[in-house]
Amino acid sequence: MSTFDLLLQQTINGLSLGAMYALLALGFTLVYGILELINFSHFNVFMVGSFVALWTLQALGISGQSVILTGLPLVGVLLAAFAVTMVFSGLLGVAIERISLRPLRNVKGPAAMITTIGVSYILFNIILLTVGADSKNFPNPLPTARFQIGGAILELREILIWVVSLVLMLGLYLFVQKSRLGKAMRATAQDPEAARMMGVEVDRVIITAFFLGSALAGAGGLIFGLYYNFTSFIIGFTAGLRAFTAAVLGGIGNVPGAMIGGVLIGLIETMGGQFIATAWTDVIIFSILVLVLVFKPTGLFGTLTPTKS
Amino acid sequence: MSEAADLLLEFKDVDTYYGDLHVLKQVNYTIGRGEIVSLLGGNASGKSTTMKTIMGVVRPARGSVVFDGKPIERLATAERVRRGIAPVLEARRLFPRMTVFENLEMGAYTRKRGPEFEQDIERVYALFPRVKERHAQIAGTLSGGEQQMVAIGRALMARPRLICMDEPSMGLAPNFVEQVFATIQEINRQGTTIFMVEQNANMALTVAHRAYVLQTGQVVLSGTAEALRKNPSIREAYLGEMQVTV
Ligand SMILES: Nc1ncnc2c1ncn2[C@@H]1O[C@H](COP(=O)(O)OP(=O)(O)OP(=O)(O)O)[C@@H](O)[C@H]1O
Ligand SMILES: [Mg+2]
Repeated sequence: MSTFDLLLQQTINGLSLGAMYALLALGFTLVYGILELINFSHFNVFMVGSFVALWTLQALGISGQSVILTGLPLVGVLLAAFAVTMVFSGLLGVAIERISLRPLRNVKGPAAMITTIGVSYILFNIILLTVGADSKNFPNPLPTARFQIGGAILELREILIWVVSLVLMLGLYLFVQKSRLGKAMRATAQDPEAARMMGVEVDRVIITAFFLGSALAGAGGLIFGLYYNFTSFIIGFTAGLRAFTAAVLGGIGNVPGAMIGGVLIGLIETMGGQFIATAWTDVIIFSILVLVLVFKPTGLFGTLTPTKS
Repeated sequence: MSEAADLLLEFKDVDTYYGDLHVLKQVNYTIGRGEIVSLLGGNASGKSTTMKTIMGVVRPARGSVVFDGKPIERLATAERVRRGIAPVLEARRLFPRMTVFENLEMGAYTRKRGPEFEQDIERVYALFPRVKERHAQIAGTLSGGEQQMVAIGRALMARPRLICMDEPSMGLAPNFVEQVFATIQEINRQGTTIFMVEQNANMALTVAHRAYVLQTGQVVLSGTAEALRKNPSIREAYLGEMQVTV
């Protein structure tokens, strides 16, 4: 492959990974925007989501790589898998908030953040102990259609990942910009006390942020499985940290920033892997995180991050 | 004003704390329907705490807050807004990264969208043509005076029966202060009761019907604006500036 073809191929790969990171980064940003809380349990909501997706596909009769669907059955299975995974993950996020974070709402300091680390490890160990430590094959019901673009190859599943991610992100963006509850979310992020005095029920806003963020993480978990053909109890930490970096890169609290940050991290990962070395991916990504935090602590689009007194 | 039916808001022996800090001490206010009542007092005397106690952002430890004949001190803030209390907050507190129009929408958060919403938008635009002009602008980029217009407009969007204003003249140029007070009188003439914290005692006592003076959390003086304007201790403590500048 020529350098140009490699560049093209890694752009295709990077956009797919980036879409996944973006979906995951949105959950960090939504919750941070409202509670100024870094929610580490999000890492493993994503991981649990990928298992829920796996089980849903299996329940629909899709297992291994041998069941290939086309046409309506394919659309139906994918819709069902995304819907079940997203609803389950969303509810898991809401449960985490209700059970472990709401009682700490008025406790100052790092208590809530430490709690999210604890919840993250609980989810991690539940999956480890019930499913086991070995990776699970993740079924892929898509036909292996490939398109040649120059010297690069674009697979059908990558188009699917882009379309699904775009639709979800556009949906979220429109929700936050246009809906009544979305506006209440933005108002609460900008000035929670003032929002409350407009009659906003802040608990509802928080639940909405957790539901939406966790549902998107679930979709990200399904995309992880489709992209890598496996899932495992361990996947939450690497993907979660990279997505968190994406959120910080875009300016944590900033919804469009998380989307762009996610895509950038995906591209950096694939380009770095291609042109430097895969083993150095994390060094590159986290060096970028450190550099951003040092030189532009509010992120690339940081003017939009919450400012609170 | 002693007729209970004419009372819109009443504080009965209200004590409010922040942790151990005792801010409001056995405070009593009565606000009649249709009145403009001003609350005067020095820094840290508990004026903003009074407003927060009305809105339910802080809860009194003892005593009762009665709105429209019913105790509201245990109600959630949203429920108070639904019953007809809207704030104009200290330092305006617009949602800085939302547009002017979105800020007005937030004011109407507890109400349904519909013809009434459109009427109220038109009412705000009629009161403040500048707000109409700037409806698409990001609120944080407005001038202080423009922000105050939006803050008042946002309160009106709740169709409140009572507006609680915390220092509406703060940080505004003198000619604009007059315009704000004229607007407050106009809103009051249209039927809304106003409870207004002010440092500008001169102006406040010109537009208000009655006033209370708060000092370290206690009401030390109250009466008609007329009487308070003539009160020597008020003249000394709060109207001194007027004698210098006029
Ligand atoms: N959230 C809070 N937590 C703790 N103490 C508070 C809080 N808000 C206000 N206070 C304290 O309560 C006292 C009264 O404050 P308040 O804001 O009611 O004063 P104010 O009369 O509005 O003063 P100003 O004219 O400066 O606005 C002050 O001593 C203040 O420091
Ligand atoms: Mg104050």
